[in-house]
Amino acid sequence: MLGFEASGASTLPLLAYSPPGWGATLLAGLWNSVQIAVGAFGLGILIGMGGAFGKLYGGPVLKDLLAIYTTVVRAVPELVLILILYFAVTDAVNQLLLSFGYSRIQISGVAAGIAVLGVVQGAYATEVLRGAILSVPAGQIEAARSMGMPPLLLARRITLPLMMAAAVPGLANLWLVATKDTALLAVVGFAELTQATRQAAGTTKAFFTFFMAAGVLYLMLSLVSTLIFSRIERWARRGQRTMGR
Amino acid sequence: MLKELMIPRRLVMIALVLALAVWSAYALRWDWLGNPKYQALIWTGIWNTFWILIVTMVIGMALAIPLGLAQAVGPWYLAAPARIFCSIIRGTPLLLQLWLLYYGIGTFFPSIPWIRESDLWPILRQAWPYAVVALSLSVAGYEGEVMRGAFKGVPHGQLEAARAMGMPRFTLFRRIWLPQALHRVLPTLGGETVLQLKATPLVATITVIDIYAVAGRVRQDTFIVYEPLLLLAVVYMSITGLIVLLFRWFESRFPSRVA
Repeated sequence: MLGFEASGASTLPLLAYSPPGWGATLLAGLWNSVQIAVGAFGLGILIGMGGAFGKLYGGPVLKDLLAIYTTVVRAVPELVLILILYFAVTDAVNQLLLSFGYSRIQISGVAAGIAVLGVVQGAYATEVLRGAILSVPAGQIEAARSMGMPPLLLARRITLPLMMAAAVPGLANLWLVATKDTALLAVVGFAELTQATRQAAGTTKAFFTFFMAAGVLYLMLSLVSTLIFSRIERWARRGQRTMGR
Repeated sequence: MLKELMIPRRLVMIALVLALAVWSAYALRWDWLGNPKYQALIWTGIWNTFWILIVTMVIGMALAIPLGLAQAVGPWYLAAPARIFCSIIRGTPLLLQLWLLYYGIGTFFPSIPWIRESDLWPILRQAWPYAVVALSLSVAGYEGEVMRGAFKGVPHGQLEAARAMGMPRFTLFRRIWLPQALHRVLPTLGGETVLQLKATPLVATITVIDIYAVAGRVRQDTFIVYEPLLLLAVVYMSITGLIVLLFRWFESRFPSRVA
């Protein structure tokens, strides 16, 4: 069935890289997806770092606000959040620009996608990193504090290196979620891989071939990332005692 | 619970939230809620979201049990396909799987005469079967992996004891192995159900009318942007709260030993 649509003719040549084929369109879409995933993942880790330290060491009001943030984001579907943030962010930026006397702008799809998915990723990253910080033996942090280490130096030298090993599996999962969540941006019409695929499939009517091809691309992305993250985890666990080996 | 809320700073927060709710009730446009057409649509949408969630969770779990079993103890010719299936489902976006089924296979069916003439055709022509299949397979893929761990986690002594008592294999599975494995996944099942709820709005992209699709319809008809989306967020948060409470009650009915 693969490669043959209703007409019976092979549709595989449609995947060729140069123009009669749509390969270039798909790869451009993949590149957009990877860009957004990397950006959103990075933004998510930044928000998550702030959130995790805030949840553990912040004041009571900050803790409550962060609890509301993580609860709401994890309870509302990403698709709804994407629409709300997409409209709200575009509106807010334009209101701001208009009030300063500039004209309206169209926010780039990549920037909007990164911002929206980053806020979503941040909520999950907060929980992952909070758990990882808690896995650092309290004595280590207390010892550093008693040596008079300032908080930032303590975070850089003690907490962050020690929490890495515990954080990597959770972050790897989040990265996979990020790559898959970029597909949701197709719904707001952004030209990432899934949207590019739908465009190509809609034009050529070779739905099956194109969706299978996109699936293979996503699968390869996830397999490669799994490999890389297992390397990173082994590196983060270096120097840890292993059982029996 | 109530005592935790009666702290001054939380009282201030609650007051702020209430003020925000009152402000949005007066300052934003909610007149479309009075329209009987939209009211009917909203109830249909909520109902569709609910049944798709429940049906796909049940079918998905039913598929996840053999998938987990095959991966945990099955021979290689069962374990390998199960593992590949789970990797594919977990490695590609659900939206893509859904569109592959609906646009890919869905447009393939009309070209096969015997399918078009069969009694199933009126059903296959609609969108919801594809939504149910895609979402169920997604649950099966993710939960199959979870069930694999759960089956492996049941203490060996339990199974050996049952075998030593001469229990037939199927009875052992039904009475000892499956209940203990399910007991192990129960704490994560609530979270997985919430994730599944968050996946349901994707069906709106293949023309199934769930609550998300209703909000989109209102936006298109009336050009009101934020109000339907706010309603959506509130609806989903309420359903999430319901799921969490339900599973908390469910878990409390199964005693577990806490060391």
